Amino acid sequence: MWAIRGPLSRNQYWLFAVLGLLTPLGLWWLVSSGTSVDRVFMPTPVDVFNRLVTWYREDDLLSDMGISIYRVTAGFALSALIALPLGLLIGTFRPVQAVLEPLTDFIRYMPAVAFIPLVMLWVGIEESSKIAIIFIGTFFQMVLMMAEDVRRVPLAQIEAAQTLGADKGETINLVIFQAAKPALLDTLRVTMGWAWTYLVVAELVAANSGLGYSILKAQRFLQTDKIFVGILLIGVIGLVMDQLFRLAHRKAFPWLHLRS
Amino acid sequence: MPKIAIQNVGKVFGEGSHRVEALQDVSLDIADNEFVTFVGASGCGKSTLLRIIGGLEYHTAGEVLVDDQPIMGPGADRAMVFQHYSLYPWLTVMENIKFSRRLKHGRENLREADVEAASGRADALLSLMGLNAAANAYPNQLSGGMQQRVAIARALMGRPKILLMDEPFGALDAQTREVMHDLILHVHRLEKPTLAFVTHDVEEAIYLADRVVLMAPRPGRIDTIYQVPLPAEREQDMKHTPEFLSLKKEILARIRETSGMKTDQGMLDQLNLGTVTV
Repeated sequence: MWAIRGPLSRNQYWLFAVLGLLTPLGLWWLVSSGTSVDRVFMPTPVDVFNRLVTWYREDDLLSDMGISIYRVTAGFALSALIALPLGLLIGTFRPVQAVLEPLTDFIRYMPAVAFIPLVMLWVGIEESSKIAIIFIGTFFQMVLMMAEDVRRVPLAQIEAAQTLGADKGETINLVIFQAAKPALLDTLRVTMGWAWTYLVVAELVAANSGLGYSILKAQRFLQTDKIFVGILLIGVIGLVMDQLFRLAHRKAFPWLHLRS
Repeated sequence: MPKIAIQNVGKVFGEGSHRVEALQDVSLDIADNEFVTFVGASGCGKSTLLRIIGGLEYHTAGEVLVDDQPIMGPGADRAMVFQHYSLYPWLTVMENIKFSRRLKHGRENLREADVEAASGRADALLSLMGLNAAANAYPNQLSGGMQQRVAIARALMGRPKILLMDEPFGALDAQTREVMHDLILHVHRLEKPTLAFVTHDVEEAIYLADRVVLMAPRPGRIDTIYQVPLPAEREQDMKHTPEFLSLKKEILARIRETSGMKTDQGMLDQLNLGTVTV
């Protein structure tokens, strides 16, 4: 089991995975239940669970989750919609790469948080401003990663198509895009995670609902248990979406998951 | 009229201090239905020359004519088989072979009968390559040898007049390679394409070819052209005949001379293996 890169049976894997999840929970329980730590700083798992229930019953948890999922999904989808064709072009045509890549590289180092004043000025304080922040946080990374996915398509696949009579459009549609699809879906999965990390930042902008906003508000009232619930929920939603992307990957590209 | 006429072709990569002369004043006529193999030390430009014929690379001097017409980029009349990674892993074996049918080029002016003929041809190629059982498999379920057979079938699908092969068997084990040699000779007799074949394996080059073109590096150029003194119908046993062995020895010696390294012994001496104690 401890051989370098040795095998691990399915049952053993799950055993370790559950252990990895339960250990921090146990440690948390232990630390928070003791007297050495003030409950205000470290609520117990039970406190957090109770808060989850009251949030659900009295404070409309579902609509907070709904609006946050909507914001993240909208900002993410908008990024993906623009990044996909751009990434395809950057990864395929060197002049497009020369024009756009250094620029994108430059912008991507600008902190998305610092754009908040500008976004408020230009986009206002409506829903669109939150979506804009998530867009800024994910788009530039996404374009560069997608361009890289496209560039990794083996040259032999492209050249084989050309010597079979494919024109430029056909080479891009039937070979480059098809070959890059699995990597592109993986890029979407990874950047989806980043979109969630920008949620709290986005909900700094004049929000009055949402998970990120609730976390910020809970800070003001020192509701540590509510902060815990918010963070954990974002984690769970992210995990679920990640798994959905992985499932889609297996369904969409069965040929990748075959072995003879 | 030669099928392929290479006339004083030169190729320069890079600019300034990175300037490399990959090919210099290369001239060669390849006849219709001829099988020509290219060998030479690394850097001799044999792959570059093949890619120029295929239209994947542009020459910076001279001219390359196919049927008396200068080539303008890649085209379906010059299908190319690569060493690896050229199959489409998301398509089945059959779909890979029929790939060219998806292209506008393959669909123009088609009648119903042509479509049926094409389907028949795909089946025929599948049998020819011994791939019947694998028709619905995906490339990553196949061995390296089978993958190359799919690549060859796919290249043959559109009946190219010229087949270009760039070290197609370089990644295969020796036994599989021998099988592939007889297969490609069979294909050559059956389909009668003009065949240009790049390899680093001298035995392979002699066994397959009507002529072996030996190229030399710095700058890349044609050094010697050898007519292969074997009957048109090749058999594995011919590899042990005196003619075959002496030609092999001659070509290997010439490759060493042109590579800048005088002899293998010289290379060993340089490594100083004898005197090293560990």
